[in-house]
Amino acid sequence: MAMNDSVLLDVRGLGKSFGATRALDDVSVQVAAGSVHAFVGENGAGKSTLGKIVAGVFPPDQGDLVLRGAPVAFRSPREALMQGIAIVAQEVALVPRLTVAQNVFLGAEPRRAGFIDRRAMAKRFARLAADAGFDLDGRAIVGGLSIAEQQQVEILRSLAREAELIVLDEPTASLSAREIDRLHEIVRSLRASGRTVILVSHFLGEVLDLADTVTVLRDGRLIRTGPASAETEASLVSAMLGRPAARAYPIKRLAPADSPVALSVRGLSAPGVEDVSLEVRAGEIVGLAGLIGAGRSELARAIYGAAPTSAGEVTFRSTALGSTPAASLQAGVALIPESRKDDGLFLGRPIRENVSLSSLAEMTRFGFVRRGQERGRVVGALRQASGTTLLEAPAGALSGGNQQKLLFARSLLVKPGVLIADEPTRGVDVGSKQDLYELLVRLAADGMAVLLISNEMEEILGLAHRILVMRQGRLVAELASEAMTEAAILEAAFGAAPASAA
Amino acid sequence: MTAAEGVGPDRPDQTLSQRASGFVRRYGIAVPFLITFVILSIISPPFLRQQNLTNILDQQAGIIIVACAGTLVLIAGGIDLSIGAIYGLAGAIALNMASTFGTPAGVVAGLAVGLAVGLVNGVVVTRFRINPLIGTLAMSFVVAGIAAIVTKGNLVVAFDHPDFQQFAATRIAGITSAAWMMIVTAIAATILLSRTTFGRYVYATGGNAQAARLGGVRVNGIRVATFALSGMAAGLAGTLDASRVLSAQATSGGQFLTFTVLTGIIVGGTSILGGEGSMQRTVVGCLFVALVANGFNLLGVDPFYQQVTLGVILLLAVGLDAWSRRAESSG
Repeated sequence: MAMNDSVLLDVRGLGKSFGATRALDDVSVQVAAGSVHAFVGENGAGKSTLGKIVAGVFPPDQGDLVLRGAPVAFRSPREALMQGIAIVAQEVALVPRLTVAQNVFLGAEPRRAGFIDRRAMAKRFARLAADAGFDLDGRAIVGGLSIAEQQQVEILRSLAREAELIVLDEPTASLSAREIDRLHEIVRSLRASGRTVILVSHFLGEVLDLADTVTVLRDGRLIRTGPASAETEASLVSAMLGRPAARAYPIKRLAPADSPVALSVRGLSAPGVEDVSLEVRAGEIVGLAGLIGAGRSELARAIYGAAPTSAGEVTFRSTALGSTPAASLQAGVALIPESRKDDGLFLGRPIRENVSLSSLAEMTRFGFVRRGQERGRVVGALRQASGTTLLEAPAGALSGGNQQKLLFARSLLVKPGVLIADEPTRGVDVGSKQDLYELLVRLAADGMAVLLISNEMEEILGLAHRILVMRQGRLVAELASEAMTEAAILEAAFGAAPASAA
Repeated sequence: MTAAEGVGPDRPDQTLSQRASGFVRRYGIAVPFLITFVILSIISPPFLRQQNLTNILDQQAGIIIVACAGTLVLIAGGIDLSIGAIYGLAGAIALNMASTFGTPAGVVAGLAVGLAVGLVNGVVVTRFRINPLIGTLAMSFVVAGIAAIVTKGNLVVAFDHPDFQQFAATRIAGITSAAWMMIVTAIAATILLSRTTFGRYVYATGGNAQAARLGGVRVNGIRVATFALSGMAAGLAGTLDASRVLSAQATSGGQFLTFTVLTGIIVGGTSILGGEGSMQRTVVGCLFVALVANGFNLLGVDPFYQQVTLGVILLLAVGLDAWSRRAESSG
């Protein structure tokens, strides 16, 4: 462990409950000054809660925080910030209409005679950005920046307040590969400048790459803290799960060659989609790969009737689909949307209502919902998706994994012949991911046609029977069996390979 | 900074502030209602007389009927500022029709006017994608203008057709037919919202319209339906009040109705941002507003103070709504 005199933050016997749920139980961790310290664990393990207590977002129920040898008790993130601790949450908290510099100095603007001193602000911003090595325009409006740039603004803001310890809560969950690399550089440079970083992350590769020290949590308890160099992905996963990691992807069970075509798309054009034709047979899992912005989600929405199409035809079992989501669901085509929060869930409503929404018509008599029937079917679907069956809890109270299972349960209740799953495992913990993989494979084995969109190359390679690659709105390659390699997908996605007709 | 939903741990159990805000939302209105009730009973002896209480019910009939439909509009993510204007127009037309063709024709005409304007509101908001606040505000001017043209700005009277009064003022078991219609409307609206697929779709539409649409809900249809119901309810309220006094001034009282109805709904805890709310609390909210007004009358306070007080109450209710949303999304 770290030497005692270099300990910046000493967490002693921390406990925290949310109602009857014990989120943290007697957790003690020492964070060394100038190090990158990662908290890992499944969703629900307490890693985020620990990070948030350190940054003053919640007060602990038991235990103490000792900062530079002196006990501290924060009542708000603001108080923590005054002591030099800042948090960058996954959801950025910036004022979209203000400029970068205005956001960075918000609440601490350089003033002269009561007015904001714009020149001093510009100068201070330039120095701050240069010190941090950020290539940000102080005059840009924050609302127009990418998530990655907005995170940089948040980091700058904490640096402007002279934060010594920065808690990064799932910082890379919504970034592209290039942006992730950039963030990693930033974390390294923060450490090089003597600052301390707490990294709360799902991504074990990232953790092993960046962290000096790793703390593993499971069910709110400390499993172990040790140097990152002594860990491997496998050792972390087994510590997080409390058992050795299962094989990541279930065995592929290819659909029989004569299985009928379930979904057929001919010459489909829509905003961001150009002249796409494809077929998915019953029992087949077809992966849709491509770079971010290649038009995969747009294609999914166009097929589902959620976006207007300008040309082409979509048929399900040889019947043309209507042009609304309601019509698609009725015909037997379901979509699990990319952003479960924006496009999928009603966070304040109970799980039961969230799951039954798309199939309410089958659970009614004269327009009245038959509660008993509803409950029974919802529980059945949630079990099938191995989700939690706390029917009356609000969907917003669930972890990412359980929220995603809830959306699967909603789709299952419709008994679709085609399931389009857009990024079904984004922001989902290891255990839930495994559950969802097995579910997808089981559904395909039972005859469902699955169109899977994912940014995780491994996931597509591990699950898909056949891979379609999109680039700039068009299908540019179709890969099957041995041709399905990471290199082949990347070549097609970047346009390095000659475009073959798909 | 709020916790990103779906990133933190499962937490079906809530923090203290979440519970407090949930409590405020669920029972918040019952407390001031009961306190006001008790205070009025003590300081003003006439308050508890049956005559006064049944009068309150009778006078609130129109307001509560409109508020029940308005609750649907708000939960579905809209707002209807044209109810006052519809109320005025429908009252005048109902009275005209009733004095020419008889009571049934008057009632049907009043409801039809409300339904028609409500449907137009719905189309304006959905098809033309006009913000409901501005869309229905503009419609309220259009409708009030039409009402002024139709009635030439005069008071419409039907004192020579006293039979029309029976529509609102027939006493059954001690309370008026208007009050009975209010009770039936409130019960029907409660069942509609909490037990039917329509009610579920209303919550879904206001809670997250995009998710509702992708989940197969015909969002625009639901919105149009809520505006149509709201218009029809305002038509019924206008008809009831015209029937009660056998006269209607198309251009008066409209704004006050709109304001009172929205205050009742919001004081009852229905969110102006949509997705949350309940019918029972709207009824209690409207009754609370009525008690405050009644108390001012009984105590002989200048009605202008009453107006100031109601405005402040609405501000407090909206502020509380914002606070409880923050409390619920954090933790």
